[in-house]
Amino acid sequence: MRPATLRVGMSTCGLAAGAGAAHRALTREIALRELPLRLEGTGCLGACHREPLVEVLDGAGAVLYGPITEEAVGPLLDHLSGAGAPVPEDRVVSRRGDRSDYPFLGRQQKLTTQLCGVIDPHSLDAYLAHGGYEALRQARRTPPEQVVEAVKASRLRGRGGAGFPTGAKWEISRAQRRRPKYVVCNADEGDPGAFMDRTLIEGDPHRVIEGMLIGAWATGATGAYVYIRAEYPLAVAALQEAIGQARELGVVGRDVFGTGTPFEIVVKEGAGAFVCGEETALMRSIEGHRGMPTMRPPYPSEHGLWGHPTTINNVETFAAVPSIMLEGPGWFAAMGTERCGGTKAFALAGAIERSGLVEVPMGMTLREMVYEIGGGCRGGRAFKAVQLGGPSGGCVPAGLLDTRIDYEDLRATGAIMGSGGMVVADETNCMVDLARFFLAFTQDESCGKCVPCRVGARKMLDLLTAATQGRAAPGDLRRLESLCRTVEAASLCGLGQTAPNPVRTTLRYFPEEYAAHMEERRCPAGVCPMSGGQEAA
Amino acid sequence: MSFDSSAPADAGPRERPRLRKFAYRGDPLAEPPPPELSEIISRHRGERDGLITVLEEIQRRFGYLGERQLRYVARDLGFPLARIYGVVTFYNWFLLTPPGLHQVKVCRGTACHVNGSALILDRLIAELAIGVDETTPDGRLTLQTVACVGACSLAAVVVVGSDTYGRMSPEEALRTLAALPGGDGDSG
Repeated sequence: MRPATLRVGMSTCGLAAGAGAAHRALTREIALRELPLRLEGTGCLGACHREPLVEVLDGAGAVLYGPITEEAVGPLLDHLSGAGAPVPEDRVVSRRGDRSDYPFLGRQQKLTTQLCGVIDPHSLDAYLAHGGYEALRQARRTPPEQVVEAVKASRLRGRGGAGFPTGAKWEISRAQRRRPKYVVCNADEGDPGAFMDRTLIEGDPHRVIEGMLIGAWATGATGAYVYIRAEYPLAVAALQEAIGQARELGVVGRDVFGTGTPFEIVVKEGAGAFVCGEETALMRSIEGHRGMPTMRPPYPSEHGLWGHPTTINNVETFAAVPSIMLEGPGWFAAMGTERCGGTKAFALAGAIERSGLVEVPMGMTLREMVYEIGGGCRGGRAFKAVQLGGPSGGCVPAGLLDTRIDYEDLRATGAIMGSGGMVVADETNCMVDLARFFLAFTQDESCGKCVPCRVGARKMLDLLTAATQGRAAPGDLRRLESLCRTVEAASLCGLGQTAPNPVRTTLRYFPEEYAAHMEERRCPAGVCPMSGGQEAA
Repeated sequence: MSFDSSAPADAGPRERPRLRKFAYRGDPLAEPPPPELSEIISRHRGERDGLITVLEEIQRRFGYLGERQLRYVARDLGFPLARIYGVVTFYNWFLLTPPGLHQVKVCRGTACHVNGSALILDRLIAELAIGVDETTPDGRLTLQTVACVGACSLAAVVVVGSDTYGRMSPEEALRTLAALPGGDGDSG
């Protein structure tokens, strides 16, 4: 048989699907049968619905198999060594190198996730072999002002959801005179239903570090923090290992690039507070306090950690920077829309046929996303809505599926781009229940500092709970709408200001479901208990 | 945390001359902290931003944050105990009481919700006869929820210790818990 390399996806989603057992079985069987096969662990290829994934590269092609669970390892090796029957077609994901025969992968345009599922994330050499840290070297030969100009020209915007132009943010930080300056990578991916940052850090941690180092060079920062969720143990470990390797390489540490200047990256683990994804709360948490947001302005770029200028960007934003440096801002801008360049990664999940991590150019329509990449709703059920941006976002109904993925176009529907969570709801899901679910989350995660969010979210939740239990009072709908306006207008930080979004969009697009719950006391989807509050919801 | 403030209310005449309002029972922190704790504390001495990191390391080491440990942190790192308590109670991840042998976390993310994680949670609450953040009387299982573990493609997800179990149903979750070590298999 031909020698080949086997890559097994070993990120959180792969392990949850049994990649650990499959990897152990492969190791054992390859040694036992003395096959000329090399086994590699890699990150997530994105096709999480087919995990555990095994890719076989034998020089002639790259065949992707999945799901390859422990039991499927024997038959796969039988086939590879030419001894057994071919692997059944339902376990073959793609036979072509460009994945054009599998639309979930073939329709994507991978930029920040281009090496996820391709390289071994534990190996610095693998990253270097793919041009790693070349962008940083190039950036450090360029005056910082020009780096900022390049990022501005690329039309890169903050991928955390708010969409602030990254180049403009860096320019403000660059102009600050106060020293020292800091760079912070926001990896507190708190939106339930989002896992882009986790995949990126688990699969290609050096890209994020390189982006941060370029950002530090451009803004004049001398220290950096990564604020990452403790719920992502694998990502934390991958990041810490990568920082250690970067130190050996000499791009981080006491003496960066032999210039005699130190640069340290400190990993701070969040301890489970959603509000810490908000940048002012995040800084309080890094400083070791309760993560309570503060008023903006002053913005962190001017007055951040311990009062020093601090550039805070999302994981994906930093991960996009190396490509901008290498390929040029024009190439990056050309990929997106007229207002926003590049690609965006989404975590496609929920009641969808093919779920996983998807990276597409800005400007693709939601319809292409749901039907061509995602394959439509699971079990052939009818599509109802797609929820974007988690608890701060909104839902887009079937009638608006031709909306383009773009910050402004999505905002016009009432939803937001958000950090990239994209959860599909089908006809069996109740939209009032979904709105209640998100509000229960924001209410629980509200830090309690300001009254509109602390009390308002609670009151909204009470109204929705009453509706889902069939004990809504007359006038509740009007009260709910009024509370939406108050909480949105008067809350201190983004958590409260956006908390009504899930309610507002479901009210706007599915008023008949609210009417059914509140007036007829029935749940059209049959999800809500409607017991008049006899049992707890 | 309870503060020892038991004043000698029923003190007899013999003890009346004592001016001390609180009974002195010796300095509870007179002994040096256990070496493992002392190692964590001394590694972060002088870090102005070290508090959360210290608490995370202590919880990883000991499983939870005990009152004595927090008092040592307060004394040795110079943070007021009230501030430490404020931080500990702000973040969901910290525990003030020892958890059971296995920490069972039901993911309550959006994708898991759409795939029926509420049913799993309700079923576990009913079968284990404990609430969220409670431990079974035999100390085997602690039931918790987690906002999202980012394994949404495998919803609904249940995390036990450091293992993630995907595509769970209420029955499957119960079977998984019954198969965990440290039990006779049927008590769940």
